[in-house]
Amino acid sequence: MDRLSELEKYGVCRVEKVLPCPAKERLEALGVFPGAELVKLFTAPCGDPAAYLVKGAAVAIRRDDAARIIIKRSAEWERK
Amino acid sequence: MGKEMKKAGAAKRKKRPEAGESRVLLIGNPNVGKSTVFNALTGAARHTGNWTGKTVDSAVGYLKGSGRRIALCDLPGCYGLEATSPEENEVRAALAEGGASCAVIVCDASCLERSLNTALQTLSVTRRAVVCLNLADEAAKHGVFVDTEKLSELLGAEVVLTSAASGKGMKALAAAIVREASRGGDPVKMTDPPKPMWGEAARIASQCVTRDTDAFSARRLKLDRFLTGRLTGLFALAALLALVFYITMRGAEYPSRLISLGLSRLLQTVTRLLEKTPLPRDLISALCEGGLGTLFTVVAVMLPPMAIFFPLFTFLEDLGLLPRIAFDMDAPFRACGSCGKQALTCCMGFGCNAAGAIGCRMIDSPRERLIGVLTNSFIPCNGRLPSLAVLASLAAACAGSGGGAVSALILTGFLVLAVLMTLAVTKLLSVTLLRGKPSSFVLELPPFRRPKIGQILVRSLIDRTLFVLSRAAAVAFPAGLVLWLLSRGGAEAPICRVTAFLDPAGRLLGVDGASLTALITGLPANELIMPMLVKLYTGAADADMAAMRAVLTANGWGLKTTLCMTWLMLFHSPCAATLLTVRRETGSFGWMLLSVLLPASAGVLLAVLTAAVL
Repeated sequence: MDRLSELEKYGVCRVEKVLPCPAKERLEALGVFPGAELVKLFTAPCGDPAAYLVKGAAVAIRRDDAARIIIKRSAEWERK
Repeated sequence: MGKEMKKAGAAKRKKRPEAGESRVLLIGNPNVGKSTVFNALTGAARHTGNWTGKTVDSAVGYLKGSGRRIALCDLPGCYGLEATSPEENEVRAALAEGGASCAVIVCDASCLERSLNTALQTLSVTRRAVVCLNLADEAAKHGVFVDTEKLSELLGAEVVLTSAASGKGMKALAAAIVREASRGGDPVKMTDPPKPMWGEAARIASQCVTRDTDAFSARRLKLDRFLTGRLTGLFALAALLALVFYITMRGAEYPSRLISLGLSRLLQTVTRLLEKTPLPRDLISALCEGGLGTLFTVVAVMLPPMAIFFPLFTFLEDLGLLPRIAFDMDAPFRACGSCGKQALTCCMGFGCNAAGAIGCRMIDSPRERLIGVLTNSFIPCNGRLPSLAVLASLAAACAGSGGGAVSALILTGFLVLAVLMTLAVTKLLSVTLLRGKPSSFVLELPPFRRPKIGQILVRSLIDRTLFVLSRAAAVAFPAGLVLWLLSRGGAEAPICRVTAFLDPAGRLLGVDGASLTALITGLPANELIMPMLVKLYTGAADADMAAMRAVLTANGWGLKTTLCMTWLMLFHSPCAATLLTVRRETGSFGWMLLSVLLPASAGVLLAVLTAAVL
């Protein structure tokens, strides 16, 4: 089981499960829920939070919250 | 605090339209241009901005050409109807209240799938809806095309493709709203909030959307990586800040001198005209030297920097830079027990602390929101920036350099100190009075958008510059009158006694009695401090930035006095308007008092230390 916080830059993944956390509701409202595809885009200067591509939009998620998201890695994102 | 906000919401709803009118609700995700659509439909000038959570309360306006029959209600942006943020609560309350004759669902054509959850949920509540597919131009630019006929068929509602910023499709949208609102049927009424409908959203989007390129363009990624990079991120932001202040200071010098000259001529003319009337000499002197003189000084000192700073700031806001600042600053703010959204409210505080305190509503956790409100006046607002600019250039001169670049650098240093102080006090509060762990932080980074220069000028000059200036002017005139009254009687004047009385305290703080008096008279509006001080020193009113510097140097201001005055100015009690806002936002007099004590004691402490060391 991988966690979103372990995903490398430009890594692509599919969300398996969002564990209970304060941000769960907010994350789901933004489209982070089982089945959704995420791409890690870039991180803030201090390495945290990181921005992920969710449903075509960039969303910033903190490492602590990302650690509550169980993912399955898929192929590398093809950069245009 | 929650109760307080709910009360404000209820009051707003009562103001909503009366019988005989149709009410139309404007619903959609954050940052899809709802406020722009609202402005285009109603002809209103509601402030728009390129970041999530800008609209924290709802506004009502009438559809243009409907003859006040159709009232549009612009609700805050929400990602769905099931979550529990203040925005979503407000939207749910508006839907549950019922009575609206239709809903306008604003969607983002460039990112349809994400808008569809809110759209589908709203459509499951009511069939009386028009779907406004906004940001069509942006979608086309990114190579995204939406089959509107197919979408309309799948959603079972009329779909209108628009680009509200350029006005495209707005007539068709207005016509569709009129059609839908006057069609008979049950009013919009929600009983239970619907379940999330992301699966359905993905299915519909896959059938309607075709794209040429990848959604996240390489150019945008490059820019984002630069603005958030390990080395480049914070440097780029600080450099940008320095550039904005450099342009403001250099650009303001000449116009400030010109306005000062013009207004002092005007003052002479007015005085001469009044002297021909039978009015008593003292009254004329009080009006012209006291009231008008102070008023004109404030205008000359404040107008040019504001007229430059506010458009520049609005430009950065429209570009979409503010959420990147929140993103970059999240880690430091989080280390101090808060979140990056507080950095956003700090940015608003550079404009106006009252606006910054209201902006704190977008911070989700009540604890962090309270911290944000209490610490906002640690950021110098536009009322204090011009004065700080004068002090920075004075400090540069004391250090042996008169260049604009050096003073801009010093000013940036002052502002960085203000930010560091904000962080320190945030930390202090979160380990003492407002203990708690930082909550979660989920923030959308919107695409960069090309700002509309014309709109920026109109909006920032009218909305912000004139607003702040008129507030300052309203206080300047009476304050000038009072000061004139107090300074009658030469050396025996009450004001001289006050300054003499405050002098020992002032010396302790590294300044003098006159400076302290000016700082205290600056309570109604911080803008007044420097003009007051010049008036106390010289008795004359007219002064532009350069003349002000000369007056201060003539009164023996060295590096020590300048620095001490800077600390007292930088960390000064919030102005009266901000205090009222803090009282309203926190719902308590005690918190308001604390919002005075925190910055004031920081300023006094720094000044005493500097005075002792230098």
